[in-house]
Amino acid sequence: MGKNDPQKIYENIREEARQQDQSRQDKPLVMVGTATCGLAAGAMQVKEDFIREIKNKDLNAEVIEVGCIGHCYAEPLAIIAKPGFPPVCYGNLDDGLVHRLVEDFLAGDDPSYEYAMAALERNDEFPTFEDFPRGVYEEKLILEHCGFTDFSRIDSYIARGGYSALAKSLSGEPDHVLAMIKEANLRGRGGAGFPAGTKWEACLNKSGDEKYVICNGDEGDPGAFMDRSVLESDPHLVIEGMILCAYAVGASQGYLYIRAEYPRAVEHVRHAIKQAGEKGLLGSSILGTGFSFDLEVFQGSGAFICGEATALVNSMEGKMGMPESRPPRLTDQGYRGKPTVLNNVKTFAYVPLIIERGPDWFKSIGTPERPGTAVFSLVGKINSTGLVEVPMGTTLRQLIEEVGDGLPEGCEFKAVQIGGPSGGCLPESSLDVPIDFDSLHEAGAIMGSGGLVVMDQEDCMVSVARYFLEFTQHESCGKCTFCRLGTKHMLDILTDITRGEGDLETLELLKELGEDVRDGSLCNLGRTAPNPVLTTLRYFYDEYKAHIEEGRCPALVCRDLILYYIKPSKCSKLCNVCVGSCPTEAIYTRDDGLKAIDQEKCVKCDNCRKACPTEYDAVLRLSPPVLPDEKERKAK
Amino acid sequence: MQLMEGEKEEILTCVKEVLGENSKTHENLVPILQQVQKRLGYLPALAMDEIAAGLKVPAVDIYGLATFYNQFRLNPPGKHEVKVCMGTACYMTGGDITMESFERRMDINEGETSPDRHYSLERVACVGCCTLAPVAVIDDKVEGKVTPTRVDGIMLTLEEGREETGINEEESGPEEGDGNG
Repeated sequence: MGKNDPQKIYENIREEARQQDQSRQDKPLVMVGTATCGLAAGAMQVKEDFIREIKNKDLNAEVIEVGCIGHCYAEPLAIIAKPGFPPVCYGNLDDGLVHRLVEDFLAGDDPSYEYAMAALERNDEFPTFEDFPRGVYEEKLILEHCGFTDFSRIDSYIARGGYSALAKSLSGEPDHVLAMIKEANLRGRGGAGFPAGTKWEACLNKSGDEKYVICNGDEGDPGAFMDRSVLESDPHLVIEGMILCAYAVGASQGYLYIRAEYPRAVEHVRHAIKQAGEKGLLGSSILGTGFSFDLEVFQGSGAFICGEATALVNSMEGKMGMPESRPPRLTDQGYRGKPTVLNNVKTFAYVPLIIERGPDWFKSIGTPERPGTAVFSLVGKINSTGLVEVPMGTTLRQLIEEVGDGLPEGCEFKAVQIGGPSGGCLPESSLDVPIDFDSLHEAGAIMGSGGLVVMDQEDCMVSVARYFLEFTQHESCGKCTFCRLGTKHMLDILTDITRGEGDLETLELLKELGEDVRDGSLCNLGRTAPNPVLTTLRYFYDEYKAHIEEGRCPALVCRDLILYYIKPSKCSKLCNVCVGSCPTEAIYTRDDGLKAIDQEKCVKCDNCRKACPTEYDAVLRLSPPVLPDEKERKAK
Repeated sequence: MQLMEGEKEEILTCVKEVLGENSKTHENLVPILQQVQKRLGYLPALAMDEIAAGLKVPAVDIYGLATFYNQFRLNPPGKHEVKVCMGTACYMTGGDITMESFERRMDINEGETSPDRHYSLERVACVGCCTLAPVAVIDDKVEGKVTPTRVDGIMLTLEEGREETGINEEESGPEEGDGNG
């Protein structure tokens, strides 16, 4: 087989894709973001509205679905690309706005900039996303095309240069791919940060023909959804990365392990695999070379522990997903006992970019020891919720205040929780920690999956720690005694504290137990499970103390330590809203026409406080749960 | 959960057929359980007993697998399936209050199905729409910002047609086509 063959075959495929894409660019294109978050916000309705309005006006325009652009706070979103104009993105769409955009922009020539969020290309008329405060810090590598490309068409991926890294690599030797990845110092993005090149090399050095490449898409951390987003929005990037890895280590079969809770990701990836096969980019004799590689989707049955590599492999073999002690490493004895490379979705997504643009380019981003970017899902008390990608080494403060646009008005920063159930809660004083695997670890948190929850004065640290522990306790596979029983006991202690029970000695016990669970567990689920408890004990000890010593929840969250009370001096006779909002008929009208709560009946559901009009704001939560004295309660 | 009329026969036939289509090995246990659940909607205790007998493994092994993986459910799904998200962001914004509101309105606990099988209520760990927290998935449709008041609104639509169950079996929940759970 001639050395230039794959390149030539690829050029033909690319030319074809370009023409296909070109023909679509002659008419206006409406791209509606229909990733899971968009759908939840009503993207399908928006898509139908566009189609209907366009049909009503008899326009020649196409409506397609795209993935997630990461600006979740403004969903549902759409991008309109009309020849002669920069592509413009519009957020918070409803039928009225859709009607207007079709009439003014698609039918007329007014892009209605007053409703636009940003343009996607530099122009003289309207700012782009790079001009956003977060644009200064953001550096999108693997998310670059998410939400801007038609995930259902392989041609869109190829036309922008997709699979060229594969074509280039196939005309060279496999060790060249490995050398590039090693040179780039790519570290695994699953959370632990193990160098990908070292892993691949170990697998390559094992003899035998039967080797496997597995992509870990079992993103089980509550609060993290970046892997889902990449798989849904740009599946070919991950697939190309896996093919390159397979070429480097000599594997002929690969699997994408995707959790069952992500049906859309499964669907998109399966579709992408099919298309790649049809183009000869996957399957036997890829691009006319002697290299063959097949990919399949394996649907996880839903167990958090299966995100752990050895547990994942066990579950693929039809066993309970319990982790094994290592060594042997998966690269020695993995799936079906054969050498296996297992990497995270994001790790594979970097691979084509590194091959295409070179290790030096990759190393120029982030910090020297930890090059590249980190992807975070920003949620909680933060203005710009969504997915962001920033260079390694960005500080948490920059991430929250600049990229996430700070906290909403009235919210005062208290803590940031990083890394999900395995991570920790960091206080204000830790905000200048740069984001990378090691610095976060020192501070007591981990990078983990990249979930980042911002918390304010209304969030109770004890309750948060309890929440995460409840999660890990439930998901503990039960193999190690410390993890199985230790987390249970810790959870019991924490539950007591949220009820105001216990004494300061139990806090000592809690800490000791946490350290024992950390040291006595086999896998990272157990080893990191105490993190949320240990960090909150370390940084928010006073809050634990308030629960225990005063029976008070400072954040007014723990329901055994609060009661609901309608302040007579704020309540109005003219208003009845709270009465109707109460599910248990606990609110009654007093003789003087003001409202009061029957504490026996109240279930503390917070309905009345939300229902009370802001001008009165009469429903209060009191902690410790003691009613004011008779005189004040009677007062008008 | 009480079996409905004729359900026992249905379970037995289903298990028999699935066992017939698969080789009866221990490694095939998960696919077998998946197939049975796909056809029956859940894994009844009777089905697990039958599978255990068919594969000649202790019933506790089957029960172990079925409870290990979150995908398997031991209660029949209701006509309306409600899943309340208990991801981090949802928890912080009152997911437990949402769950409680559903429990109270449906008069069942988390993980249960109402005796007339009109409702089932589950918790799920993060559906990945954290920005819309608190989130609930109602018959495969994701609903954002589900406050207790919103729960009442949702329940009103779900209550519709409860009396005439059996007469009008049309699902009132909108179909998303691809089931974006």
